[in-house]
Order: sequence, then C-alpha cells, then structure tokens
Amino acid sequence: MRFLFKTAYQQDIRLFRDGVTAMWYGLLAVAVLLLPAVISGYYVGEITWVFIYGICGVSLMVLVGYTGLLSLGHAAFLGIGAYAHAYFLQHGVPWVASVSLAILITTASGITVGLPALRMAGIYLAIATLAFAVIIQEVFTRWEKVTKGFAGMAVDKPVIFGVHFNDNVSFYYLCAAMLAIALWLTRNLLRSPTGRAWIAIRDSEIAAQSMGVNLAVYKSIACAYSAALMGLAGALFAHKIAYLAPDIFSILLSIQLLLLVIVGGLGSLHGAVFGAIFVALLPPIIAILRDSIPATLSDVAATTGVGLIGALGKAIGDFLKKPGVEAGIFGLILVLVILLEPLGMYGRWMKIRLFFSTFPMYKRHTFRRQKSYMKSERLR
Amino acid sequence: MATFLQLTLNGLAVGCIYGLVALGFVLIYKATELVNFAQGDLLMLGAFVAYMAIVLWGLDYWVGFLIAVAVIAIFGAVLDMTVLRRVIGQPQFAVVMLTIGLGAMFRTFASVTWGSEIYTLPTPFSGVTNIAGVTLSHQYLSIIAGTLILCGILYAFFTYTRIGIAMQATSQNQLAAYYMGIPVKTIFSLVWAISAGVATAAGILLAPVTLIDINMGLAVALKAFAAAVLGGFGSIPGALVGGITIGLIELYAGATLPDGFKDTAPYIVLLMMLAVRPQGLFGTLGRKKV
Repeated sequence: MRFLFKTAYQQDIRLFRDGVTAMWYGLLAVAVLLLPAVISGYYVGEITWVFIYGICGVSLMVLVGYTGLLSLGHAAFLGIGAYAHAYFLQHGVPWVASVSLAILITTASGITVGLPALRMAGIYLAIATLAFAVIIQEVFTRWEKVTKGFAGMAVDKPVIFGVHFNDNVSFYYLCAAMLAIALWLTRNLLRSPTGRAWIAIRDSEIAAQSMGVNLAVYKSIACAYSAALMGLAGALFAHKIAYLAPDIFSILLSIQLLLLVIVGGLGSLHGAVFGAIFVALLPPIIAILRDSIPATLSDVAATTGVGLIGALGKAIGDFLKKPGVEAGIFGLILVLVILLEPLGMYGRWMKIRLFFSTFPMYKRHTFRRQKSYMKSERLR
Repeated sequence: MATFLQLTLNGLAVGCIYGLVALGFVLIYKATELVNFAQGDLLMLGAFVAYMAIVLWGLDYWVGFLIAVAVIAIFGAVLDMTVLRRVIGQPQFAVVMLTIGLGAMFRTFASVTWGSEIYTLPTPFSGVTNIAGVTLSHQYLSIIAGTLILCGILYAFFTYTRIGIAMQATSQNQLAAYYMGIPVKTIFSLVWAISAGVATAAGILLAPVTLIDINMGLAVALKAFAAAVLGGFGSIPGALVGGITIGLIELYAGATLPDGFKDTAPYIVLLMMLAVRPQGLFGTLGRKKV
C-alpha cells in the first residue's frame, strides 16, 4: 500500500501525482513509440484511429464530462474541421496554416452554437445541437462549390515543412503527437481556475454562480475549446479517411462519440482514451470474431464429435455477418455500461486498482451507489 | 390557392404524426422525467408488428391495429419494469444515452428479424375525395382523424378516470403521490405502455405514407423531438402544436424553397425560436429555488 502525504497545496494540481505516476506515463510513451516496430502495418493503421478518436473523446469529455453540457451534434464540428482543412489544402495552403485555419473556423462555429445555447438547459441543448448538426450535414451536401457534395472530396497525405507523412507509421506518430498535445493542453486547463469553474458548473450551476463563476463566459470557453479540439481531430480524420463524403458526419457518428465518452468513463481524461480504444478497436474485433468463432467451434465440434457446437458457431457467425448487427452490439454495450458501471471503463479500472492497493482490506461497498431518489429538474 | 390548401392538409397530417410521437415523449417526461429517444424505434416496431398481423397472418386491419398497439404497449411496460426503472434519478443524459442504446438494439432486432426490405401495409383508407379542386387523400384524412380521436381518448382518460387523475398527481409530485397511496411504480409502467401504444398507433397511421422499413422511426423521431422542444418539453398541447408547426413548415418549405430546405427548415425555425424563447412555446421559465 502506498500513501500519498500532501504537504503543500500545489500538490493537488501537479501535472502528475508523484514520481511513480510520472514514470508509468513515461513507460507508456515509450511503448507507444516502439509499438509500430512490433506490429504489422494494418494494425498500426487501426491504432491510429485510437489517437484520432482520442482527440474527439477529449473534446467531448470537456463539454459533457467536465462542463455537463450534452451535445448530440459533435460530428458537425468534426465535419467542419475536416472539410475546411481539405478545402484549404486543395488551395495550396501549407499544412500548419491549414490546420490552424480549420481550428479557427470550428472554434468560431462552436461559439456561434454556444451563444444561444447558454440560456438552454439539458434536453433543449441536446436538441439544439442536434438541429445544428442536421443543418450542417445538409450544407455539406448542398454547398458543392466547396465540399463537392456527394461526389466526395479527396484529401492528400499530409506534408509538414517538407516532411512527407506518406505511410501508416509516420502518420501514426503524427496522430500520437497531436493526441499527446491535446491531452497536455486539456490537463493544464483542467488544473487551472478554468477547469475548476467547469467542474463547478457541471455539479451545480446555481452553486457555481453563487461562488462567482461567470456562467456565460465559462460555458462559451468550454464550447469553443471543445470545438477547437474537434477541428484538430477533423483535420487528422480527413487525412485518415482520405475521401470525404457528407454522409460520414451523420447523427450516428455523434452518437458514437457520446458512446465513446460514456463507455470510457465520464469526467476523466483517462476515460476519453479508454473509450477511444474501445470505439476504434471494437469493429476490427467483431470482424475477427465473425470468422474465428465458427472456425474455432467447428474445430471443437470435429474433435469432440458434438455437432451442436459446430452448428452454434455457424449460427453466431451468420448472426454477426448480418447488416446492422454492429450498431446493435454498440447499443447493448451502452445499455449495460449505463446500468451496471455508470463510471465506465475508467471507473472499473479505479476499482481494480483500489483492490490491489488495499489488497486484503478491499470492500465492495466502497463504491456502492448511494440510493438515489428522483431529483426533479422541473420548476413547478 | 388549391395547392396551398393541399399543402396545408398534407402538412397537418404529417404534423399530426410528429405531434403524436412528441406526445409520447412528453407523457413519459412529465411522469418520470426520463427522455425517451427510443420512441421512434417503438413506432417502427409497432408498424412491423401490425404488418405481421395484417399481411402475414391475414387478420382484419382493425384487429391487427389493436394487436399491434397491445403488443407494443405491453413491451413498453416491460421495458420500464426491467430497464428504465433502474435509472430514475440518474443524470438526464445517462438516460438519453440509455434509450439511444435501446433504440439501436431495436433497429438491429428489426433488421435481423425482418430484413432491410421495404414493406407496404394495406389500408382501408385508399381513395381520394375532390372538394372544390382540392384533392383530399383519405390516408391523410385518416391520420388527422386518428390523431383527433386519440387525443380525445387521452384527454378523457386523464381528466375523468381515477387512474388518469392518479397519473396527473404522480407527475406533479411523486412523493406526495406515494403518501396518498398511489402505486407510483405501476403508474410509471402504465405511462410507458400508453406512450408506446400511442407511438404504435402513429406508426400504423404513418405506414401507408412512408412505407415500413427499419429506419422509418429514426426520421420521424428526430422531427418529433424538434416538435416537442418547439412546444416546450413537458407541455402536452405544446407537443401537438409543435408537431403541426413542424409538419406545416416542412411541407411549405419543400414546395417553395430550393432543394434541401424541406428537411432543414424545421430545424432552422427551431434554432431561431430557441434563440428567442429558450424554454419553447409553452414551456415554463424560471430557476430552481435552492
């Protein structure tokens, strides 16, 4: 068991809790750097998705997990970032300037959506962002001069200061660096007064306002910062997907991003990364299971001589091959997470860690949910 | 003028469907403060059950209608008892995400069971009537009439029956309702049943117009959300007025504005309206007292 004795207030807001934690993050960074040397190019490409979704997750975590504003339209910001970046690249703007412009544009649109949203609460805000996303998706389809509509828009490989990022491995490092920067910036914001104001707003708007938090200012900052990160993610997304079409940025993508932060664990940056790993790697895992379950089970059936197992394996394989099953599996996981583990994968990780750090003394009841009664959000 | 009347009639009919689905949201929200994003998928399931009863089993239209409403109503109640009761009191967006997840599961269930083809539901209302150059399609008239009848039944139910008044009491103050001996849990399940039944009725009325496929619910639900918010979430007349407004805007915009505005005009109006009145048309504004 390791005890952390706090001797100064500064300790509460340090970047890493102590030297041991810093060492673990250092090891993680080394592992991320060495990973492409170990695994094949296909998997490097899949893990790049983890980094891109990770930036999306950090963006949405700031808004949903830390400020408590629900957005059902974040795919629109991703799309704005992606299309703006692709458009500027096609017009010969250098990569860094193009990404900066894309981030500026998404930030501006984030503030535009955020300003009327300041007065709305809960479900109204969710529907307003949803309406915004629907309108933006239609704009992507119709504004053919810029977005080329359904014909689609090809995006070149990134070239930064003359360095070409042509293959999977170099793009992997680019995305990893961007995620690291996003995490570092966000962590710094969160341990500053801004982050504490956000958390205060999430926990109780009225209490935050009574303590002198300017709701309009901090909510706008949260919207703008979240949209800016989404713009960065959108630029990388455009390179990764290589071909932009308006139907990518649908409400289903927005829901997938929300799924990411909830499964990962609301209210923690670890959760954003855990969720990104989950969302990016579940489809390839389902694809692998689709082929391996029937094969494995038919082998088992052949060795044991029980035909039923082989038939079961074939049935599972056929079920997984049907269209739309993936969305259902995502839905099922979402339902199970909300019912059984509201703090997501990060919450589970905390429990496991506590189990080992307090080994013989662990009590299940430490994390027992308190009995909750209906908290009315109505006014009458 | 005749075109205008025609558009108005069709818009009213489409708006009635949005209003009915929005009514489903509002009923559940008023009673349990849960926001049910799976309402559109209940509508889709209801339409499929009606299709099975009427086409595959060859039952009479009205018998099939009643079977579908009953099946989905029971399903709604079971859903409340098994899943949704456990999240009451959780943060609102947890519930929103839970119902989004349930909706995705329903769509997958439908696509695995019935496939992704498009089905047509035969309807007894197929003719047209011509009055002064305006073509009144019986399908659209049946939707409007069905909405009026349903609203009448619900109004009578909530005003004159014992259990309807108990529901009103529960939605006003849950704890006080408990003290008065009202079985609050049963009431919640019943509200879910009513809401799911209303969604099914809307689905069956809508089925001849949009045809039945697994995504029919999602498209309607998104517009119905806009309708419920436009009217002010939590207000029953607001839901109907919002639905009809959205339906009319959609049809007028589709006829007069360039392509692409048919689907976005309702949302543009919604955003403008929310910028002016953040609580919706009939919503209440104010702050919670501490």
